[in-house]
Order: sequence, then C-alpha cells, then structure tokens
Amino acid sequence: MNFEWRWDFTWQILPRLLEATLTTMAAAAIGYSVALLGGLIFALGQRTPSRVITFIVREIVEFIRSTPLVLQIFFIYFVGPQFGIRMSPWHAGMLALGVHYSAYLSEVYRGGLDAVPKGQWEAALALNLSTTSTYTRIILPQALPPALAGMGNYLVGILKDTPLLSVIGVAELMHTANSIGAANYRYLEPYTIVGLIFLLISLPLAGLTRLFEMWVRRKLGMK
Amino acid sequence: MEETAGYPLVLDGPDVPMVRFVNVTKCYGSLTVLDNLNLDISEGEMVSVIGPSGSGKTTVLRMLMTLETINGGVIYVDGKPLTHMERRGELVPADARYLRMMRAKIGMCFQHFNLFPHMTALQNCMEGPVHVLGLSKVAARERAEQLLSMVGMIEKKDQHPARLSGGQQQRVAIARALAMRPKVLLFDEVTSALDPEVIGEVTNVIRKLVAEHNLTMLMVTHQMGFARDISDRVCFFFGGKIEEQGRPQALFGNPQRDRTRLFLSAIKEAG
Repeated sequence: MNFEWRWDFTWQILPRLLEATLTTMAAAAIGYSVALLGGLIFALGQRTPSRVITFIVREIVEFIRSTPLVLQIFFIYFVGPQFGIRMSPWHAGMLALGVHYSAYLSEVYRGGLDAVPKGQWEAALALNLSTTSTYTRIILPQALPPALAGMGNYLVGILKDTPLLSVIGVAELMHTANSIGAANYRYLEPYTIVGLIFLLISLPLAGLTRLFEMWVRRKLGMK
Repeated sequence: MEETAGYPLVLDGPDVPMVRFVNVTKCYGSLTVLDNLNLDISEGEMVSVIGPSGSGKTTVLRMLMTLETINGGVIYVDGKPLTHMERRGELVPADARYLRMMRAKIGMCFQHFNLFPHMTALQNCMEGPVHVLGLSKVAARERAEQLLSMVGMIEKKDQHPARLSGGQQQRVAIARALAMRPKVLLFDEVTSALDPEVIGEVTNVIRKLVAEHNLTMLMVTHQMGFARDISDRVCFFFGGKIEEQGRPQALFGNPQRDRTRLFLSAIKEAG
C-alpha cells in the first residue's frame, strides 16, 4: 500500500482541476437558474383554479422527485435522440439538473406561498389588484424570506450533484479527476483535491445564503 | 346559481340606492348563512350591522367585496349588478373582468388590518392608486400623504406595519382603502382586534369620515355605543336574516323584537 502524498503531482494537476471547477460552478449556477424558474412554474401550476392542471403538475413533481437524478440524466441524453431531441452532454445535463431541482424548489416555494396569510390575498383583492400584481407585488415578496433557507440548501445540493454529469462526459471536476487518475494511476491527490474544492465552495455558500436571507428580510422591512 | 329571470338589468329611477341586495342567499354546504336577504343602502348612508356571531353579518360585507360568491339573488351597486352581468338581455354570473370593473366602487377595512408588511405606510397607500388606477407616483404620493394626514399618520408614513400599533395600522388601512376613492366603504369589525385604549383613535377617524364625506358606509361592529352615535340606520341580524332595523335611537332605545332586546341586554351585561 502506498499512502505517499506527492506534492509535485499535486501542483502539476491543480491547474486542470481549477479549470474544471469553473465548469462545475457554471453547471451548478445554470442548473440552479433553470430550477429557480421551473420551480416557480411548478409551484404556481399547482395553484390555478383548474383541478386538472393542479393534479397533472402535482404528479409530474412527484414523478421527478421519486426517480434518481442519474436516471433522468441518462434518459434525456440517450433516449432523447429517439424522440428527435438531440443535445450536447452539457445541455442535456443542465436540463436534467434544472428540471430535477425544479421539482424540489417548487415544494420550497409552495411552503413559502402557503405561509402568506389569507388576509393578504383578501387585501389585494379589496384593492382590486390584478392576479399578476397580487403575485409579483404582494404574495411572492412575502413568500420569499421563509423560502430562502430551503432554497439555499438546494443550491448546495445541486452543486454536490454536478459530479453526476460526469456519467455523460461533461468535463466537470469529477470527470477531470477520474481522467487524471486513470492516466497517471494515482487517485489519492485528484480525489482529495476535488473534495477540498467542494468543501471550499459549499461552506461559504451556506453562510452567504444566511446573510442574503437577513439582507432580504431587512430590505422588505421584516424582522 | 339559481334562476335570475325577472331581476332588472340595471336600476333606474329617482331613488336608486347605492347598494341593493335582492333575495340574496348564501350557503356553505347545507348551512344557510344568509336567507333571502333584501337590503337597500342609500348614497351617503352609514349603516351598522350588529348581531350575534354566526348571524351572517360579516358575510354581508364579504359578498359585497366579492370575497364570497352568492348562491341566489342579485346584488346591485351604484345601479348596476355586481354579482351578475348582462349578456344578451339576461343576467349571467359576472366574469372576472366585470368583477374587476365593479370592485373599483368598493373598499374594505379588515379586522386584522391586512396591511402589506413589506411596504411602508406610505407604500401601502400608494400601491392601489399606482398599480390599479394608473396614477403617477407623484400624484399617488400626494394623495396618500393627504389621506395619511387625515388619519393622523403622516409622521409614521415611512414606517413598516410591524413598527406600528394596532390602532395605527388600522388608520393606515383606512387611508389605504380611501386612496382608491371607493363609493362604498366596508368596515369589518375594525376595532375588534384592538386594545381598548386605542379604539378611540380609529372610531374618531370613522366619525370624521361620516361628518366630512359623502361615502356610503356599511359597518359590522360590536361597539353598540359607537354604532348608536354615528349610524343613520342599524340592522340587527339573527339567523341569516334582518330581524329588526331602524334608526339607532329607535332600535337601541325601544327595540320591538324579543331577540333584539335579548341581544342588547346581553351585550349591556357583558360590557
């Protein structure tokens, strides 16, 4: 057995891993952006007057939440072309991550929306606000602060799930570490560095989320 | 909704009331909350609604604000149907667009104020005028500041509701409703959630409205003394019907029905 840590190898592979870190961060950021919007659509889709739409959206969300992300990635990338949907690994990965986390974020939004008191809807109606104004100006700003903690958790969650994109060949951190390991028959350094990089991103992210939540509450005049 | 044949499409003539309920029925499942209600309120009139809880008095306001649909009859506001609209010479249930047009005539103040917590007092009062009436920010601000002065809240205009007492919040809520220039203003137990020592600051604002404005007002209240002082008419609700109504001196001084007498004496004992 060989527990020797080789610093020369470490410095040699570090630039490639840092470059892949950018890809990982971009994947998390883009996937999360898709999920922020998709989650809102899923959440609002369950609040329309139509029971049929509510039921369908609810079932879609349940389906996405009950199947593994890695299956969804494979499905979009390998089965998509049979339906004429041909995507690069990067695009397929972003779509899969985004849709998967949309389902989770929609639950967070739903909790936030449910926390807005009924009286706020009634006051908006009594002022004759349109449905759009009621959501954008009255309800969503109040639904946001209680949802932020949950949203922050899933931001860290999506970051930690980006390695799954390596299965379809997206050159993010995990994929890069694998190929470095395979080419040099050394896995200790690349995997350790990958772990440290994830830790260095995740920890501040959680703290920043809390700061952002406090800032939003203050901005909205809430304690 | 039941048959609406025979109901007029518009009200005209010399004495069109500001609000008219015609055979209005409201049920929750098998429970009838309002049973064939007929009630006219004239322009500029202040009508108080009193009665035990569960008598349907708050439902009257909520139907008028279109927070509740009705199961029978028609409500008219300012000569036009509110709950229905005309389609090919017949009354059909009002659609969302028609409701929005009619709702502009009505404003409401709630028991729990329901101010928007993420906006200052001033922003609360500007929200409707800017985003519904389409006023410029400058004009809306001027209107809001004038109303906040009227309710004695101009010094607190930049505070968020969380920093205001219940009485202060309710005064802002009245200013917010007035900023929409409604023809009919509804007060739903606006002093019930307040500490006793701040009730006066809210009732004084309402007194001022009665004295200085020609608003049509409908008020559900538990404050008999206040209702007696400022109302043109008091309606006593019992079991989803108007059991007795009349001028406040008559209804409080010389009630004709046993149920009214019982209710008023029970209130007197409690108070």
